[in-house]
Amino acid sequence: MNFLLSPEQIEFQTTVQRFLDDLCPPTRLHELFDRGEYDADLWRAMCDLGLAGIALPEAFGGSGMEMIDLALVAETLGSRAAPGPFLSHALAGLAIAWAGSEAQKQRWLPALASGECLASVAFAGESGWQVEQWMLTGERLHGRLPHVPFAAAADLLVVGLAGGGLALVERGAQGLLVEAENAVDRTRPLGRVSFTDTPAEHLPGGGLDVAGRLRDAALVLLAADAFGGASRCVEMAVDYARIREQFGQPIGQFQAIKHQLANMAVEVEPARGLYWYAAHTFDHVPADAERYAALAKAHLADRFLQTARDTVEVHGGIGYTWECDVQIYLKRAMFDFAFMGNPAYQRSRISP
Amino acid sequence: MDLTYGAEYESFRQQVRTFVERAWLPHAKLVKAERKAAEATFRREAIEQGYLYRAIPRQYGGSEQAPDVMRGQIIREEFGRVRAPMEVPGVGVGMLVPTLLECGTQEQKERFIAKTLTGEYLWAQGYSEPNAGSDLASVRTKGVLQDGEWVINGQKVWSTFAQYARFMFAMVRTEPDAPKHQGLSYILLDLKQPGVTVRPLKQVTGGEEFCEVFFDDARAPADWIVGERGKGWQVSKTTLVHERNSFIGNASSSQALYDKLVDLARSTSLNGKPAIDDPLIRERLLVLEGYVASHVYSSYRQFSMTAHGQHSGIVGSMNKLISTQIGHEVARLARDLMGDNLLTAPPPEGTRGAGPEKWNNQFFGSLGVAIAGGASNIQRNIIAERGLGLPRDNGQEAGN
Repeated sequence: MNFLLSPEQIEFQTTVQRFLDDLCPPTRLHELFDRGEYDADLWRAMCDLGLAGIALPEAFGGSGMEMIDLALVAETLGSRAAPGPFLSHALAGLAIAWAGSEAQKQRWLPALASGECLASVAFAGESGWQVEQWMLTGERLHGRLPHVPFAAAADLLVVGLAGGGLALVERGAQGLLVEAENAVDRTRPLGRVSFTDTPAEHLPGGGLDVAGRLRDAALVLLAADAFGGASRCVEMAVDYARIREQFGQPIGQFQAIKHQLANMAVEVEPARGLYWYAAHTFDHVPADAERYAALAKAHLADRFLQTARDTVEVHGGIGYTWECDVQIYLKRAMFDFAFMGNPAYQRSRISP
Repeated sequence: MDLTYGAEYESFRQQVRTFVERAWLPHAKLVKAERKAAEATFRREAIEQGYLYRAIPRQYGGSEQAPDVMRGQIIREEFGRVRAPMEVPGVGVGMLVPTLLECGTQEQKERFIAKTLTGEYLWAQGYSEPNAGSDLASVRTKGVLQDGEWVINGQKVWSTFAQYARFMFAMVRTEPDAPKHQGLSYILLDLKQPGVTVRPLKQVTGGEEFCEVFFDDARAPADWIVGERGKGWQVSKTTLVHERNSFIGNASSSQALYDKLVDLARSTSLNGKPAIDDPLIRERLLVLEGYVASHVYSSYRQFSMTAHGQHSGIVGSMNKLISTQIGHEVARLARDLMGDNLLTAPPPEGTRGAGPEKWNNQFFGSLGVAIAGGASNIQRNIIAERGLGLPRDNGQEAGN
């Protein structure tokens, strides 16, 4: 029984954290947030650190690690509200690794693992996120798909098809049109893609099983991101309460604030175990994987959004301004809440 | 990460399982006096095997095993599986014995520990008073040394099962001129004496679990003080630490409570169909399950940290509040599932064979949990000050 991270995992998480504190401090974060676009320099630096191919097979240039390792990075990126296509790029890579032919893997995975090629996923339908309701069919695609992360920048899209099928569409393909959405979370800009007689290269291993597995991977990573963000919110609220003085003392000395902060910490900290377990089951307890991915995403998305709101409140007026870091976390929380289906939807998929 | 125990521990588990199945299962159906005798025999055997009282030296009746939280956990699981008797429950084993081991004299250890472990000596806690609750250091019960005896006057309250206890460990003010925290001593006394009156208090559930205890020139031998005069506060802190420890591992009780609630939702009918099929009830159950699963896997992590010699940090101070909140939410959901059964008083003691109205005990009992062993708002102070490092209240005194 050892439900702990290995020294290597802790060290890697610390490395990513230092890297982000160095390359994306709050001033830079605000610049990138205001721009709301893909930043090639930051992503290139993340790729150089090895973040683009963590869970891809070693034979194709990845690091061959597990979902927990991917999730630990997601947590750290979440804790720094780091802008970038980590989530959607990782999912696209897993789709090709799990469902691609040998030739497709050879062609795409090394480029994805190195970051030379930027990929994303189109998993939303017009009416929701149910894998069972993916609609597009055929060798040539017709239709529109919303909420594609970094759609404008992606070199390659993995598109969800009817029956859990998966297909690749390359940038500049015939009839492919990308429109930017006005995304609330400007660290992870979204686009709407439309296809008109667009050629699509199917992944032969597609189907409901693989599609469900990709959904579960997304849910675990969103839960991890939410845990990182929520924990950081608690830290920011505590730090502020220690320095902000009113009535001649730090506001954190008032019991009302103390109890509010204690409640926030109690909401967030234990959930680390839940997201760890969801990531652990993904590779080691297949029977529990789908259920705990849904439960973790639902629980953590709720916790993050509420904690971000509470953090605004603890900050008072400054918390309600655009220049305060907290607003960026609030919007990350909204992305984590809604992307791939909100908590109520996730809970409706499983039984008590 | 590895959530299995590994071959060595699984073989230990097998030993424990074989033992409880041989030594306890044949007696599991006994009742009353026969059961009591069988429990005593079983505990003696279990101590010999090294399964109970593992941290307590053999000379005081323990089994003196090397610390190993994995083995401890396996023993709890295997004993629990067949409902075999564990260590004698209550504040004697849970609080007094660890305190004596740490602060007691040789005579005190020899006099009290072994008989407490067998359950022959039952203990009551004498901390709270009518004017000393969360602010425990303001106790007023007075102790004066007279002719080689402590003469004690005053009143204690919320002493659980004092009506059945032979002895009490009490916080007594022996140095009236010293500052608040430095005037207390930790004194043991015999409850079966003329100067002591024990009056059970009827609680919300109708049961009588706690008592008020009056001292009118009650007496205790001079050497029944644990630690030095005026050091009772520090001595009691060891005890409180041990009490908090007993809350760790409560995640499995939270899980068991949740499982019972899901059973209730399955067996209850709502609008003509099982309540568990109602979308609103399902959603609320699963929201609660998110908290329960967090608590369970957070406990696994704390357990692993302890097993690997690490301190579990801030989350360790949260366990009581978390399980309290889970208990409250279980009560709220049960209330909504019970319908008109909420109108029926529950049996005050023992729910065996009772109908859904027994859930009223959860409704009441969850309130008790929020108060006993450190009220929830005190827990929040501890989390905020010791866990999050927020400044202490101005009005609060040092040493608290």
